[in-house]
Amino acid sequence: MADQDDDIILSELSDEDLVAQMYDDLYDGMKEEIEEGVNILIARGWTPYRVLTEALVGGMTIVGHDFRDGILFVPEVLLAANAMKGGMFILKPLLIATGAPRVGKMVIGTVKGDIHDIGKNLVGMMMEGAGFEVIDLGINNSVESYMGALEAEQPDILGMSALLTTTMPYMKVVIDTLVEKGVRDDYIVLVGGAPLNEEFGRAIGADAYCRDAAVAVETAKTLVARKHNQGAVHA
Amino acid sequence: MISDARLSQDGLPPAGQGQILLIACGALAREILALKAANNWSHLDLHCLPAILHNHPDRIIPALREAVAKHGADYHDIFVVYADCGTGGLLQAACDDMGLRMVAGPHCYAFFEGVDAFAARDEITAFYLTDFLVRQFDAFVWEPLGLHKHPALRDMYFGNYEKLVYQAQTDDPALTEKAQDCAARLGLAFERRLTGYGDLATALASVTAPPPPSA
Repeated sequence: MADQDDDIILSELSDEDLVAQMYDDLYDGMKEEIEEGVNILIARGWTPYRVLTEALVGGMTIVGHDFRDGILFVPEVLLAANAMKGGMFILKPLLIATGAPRVGKMVIGTVKGDIHDIGKNLVGMMMEGAGFEVIDLGINNSVESYMGALEAEQPDILGMSALLTTTMPYMKVVIDTLVEKGVRDDYIVLVGGAPLNEEFGRAIGADAYCRDAAVAVETAKTLVARKHNQGAVHA
Repeated sequence: MISDARLSQDGLPPAGQGQILLIACGALAREILALKAANNWSHLDLHCLPAILHNHPDRIIPALREAVAKHGADYHDIFVVYADCGTGGLLQAACDDMGLRMVAGPHCYAFFEGVDAFAARDEITAFYLTDFLVRQFDAFVWEPLGLHKHPALRDMYFGNYEKLVYQAQTDDPALTEKAQDCAARLGLAFERRLTGYGDLATALASVTAPPPPSA
């Protein structure tokens, strides 16, 4: 695909063709082309939110589907994510300045004893793309770290990630602490990571296990909407 | 000796001799055969699943069930030479379901070092390689992570690690040199630990021969 693109001048494409080309460029992990595409669309008067949702998230959704279906693998997804990150870097300050709609807020981190953050980073980026404010606690988070962030940030969602069989039980420690402190129902708790499964998510008392970043976004949107609806009913 | 490439992709078929079948990860074949020979464990036969399942834990249980269905009737008992290996407890549950015993611990890195000793180290920024994984570093680490095509991804994968620990089952200077090179390629400090076979030897020693049939 990249070879065919050698002669394409992005600035000469129509909006529709440019977005289609950006989907291809995201798929191929071409960061500089994505940055250029974002700048062109902004210069043409697109709102930052529209660039984000139609060009970047639209492209990453295709990447997510092909990852789910076994067509793309982790290296390709990481390259695509890196390209999207380039576009997000340009858009982020503009989104804040223009007051783009916010779907909800998430605190996310990898659990204690675990340094693996690729999945967490992908989820964080896709959540930002979907309009969530994301507070990233990084790796190796103790229960105190999670509790402190929840208290300070008052998010809608707590996301926890683990790659190791040995660290995934720590998620239950965090959830049990939420229960002990009587704040479990204040948050939607989403968990994910390679060795996890739905049964584990249920067993530890999470609201949902998310198989990948795309599922995390869809689950987050659904559960936040439900939470807000319940809030409206009880108001 | 069967090649690492075959152990990776095809595994090792059982020889058809012995009363107890070990169904093992192909990455453990040489170590198990060495222990079997050293201890004259003629009651044990070895069947290895493809070692590359190490990179696809979700495929281990279906492959194990298939092997049990295919060979189970030919043996007095089966012992599973896998630890949890990234299955999130599902392998233990599957073994319980089939009435099979398996090796304790989270993965081979833990049982080579000794499960308790490994846990006590609590080193979360170490990346481990065994003899097999040093020999097969490109096929199991470098290429599956796409680093042969996209070396710039290295720090996204390994940026949070600090050192590569080579758990040596055998004292082989050539392998040590290769392990050092692996560490350099990943941008990590290097440490070598001569573990020998660790808890693997203890686990296999517990798989005793069945009593002879009474006359």
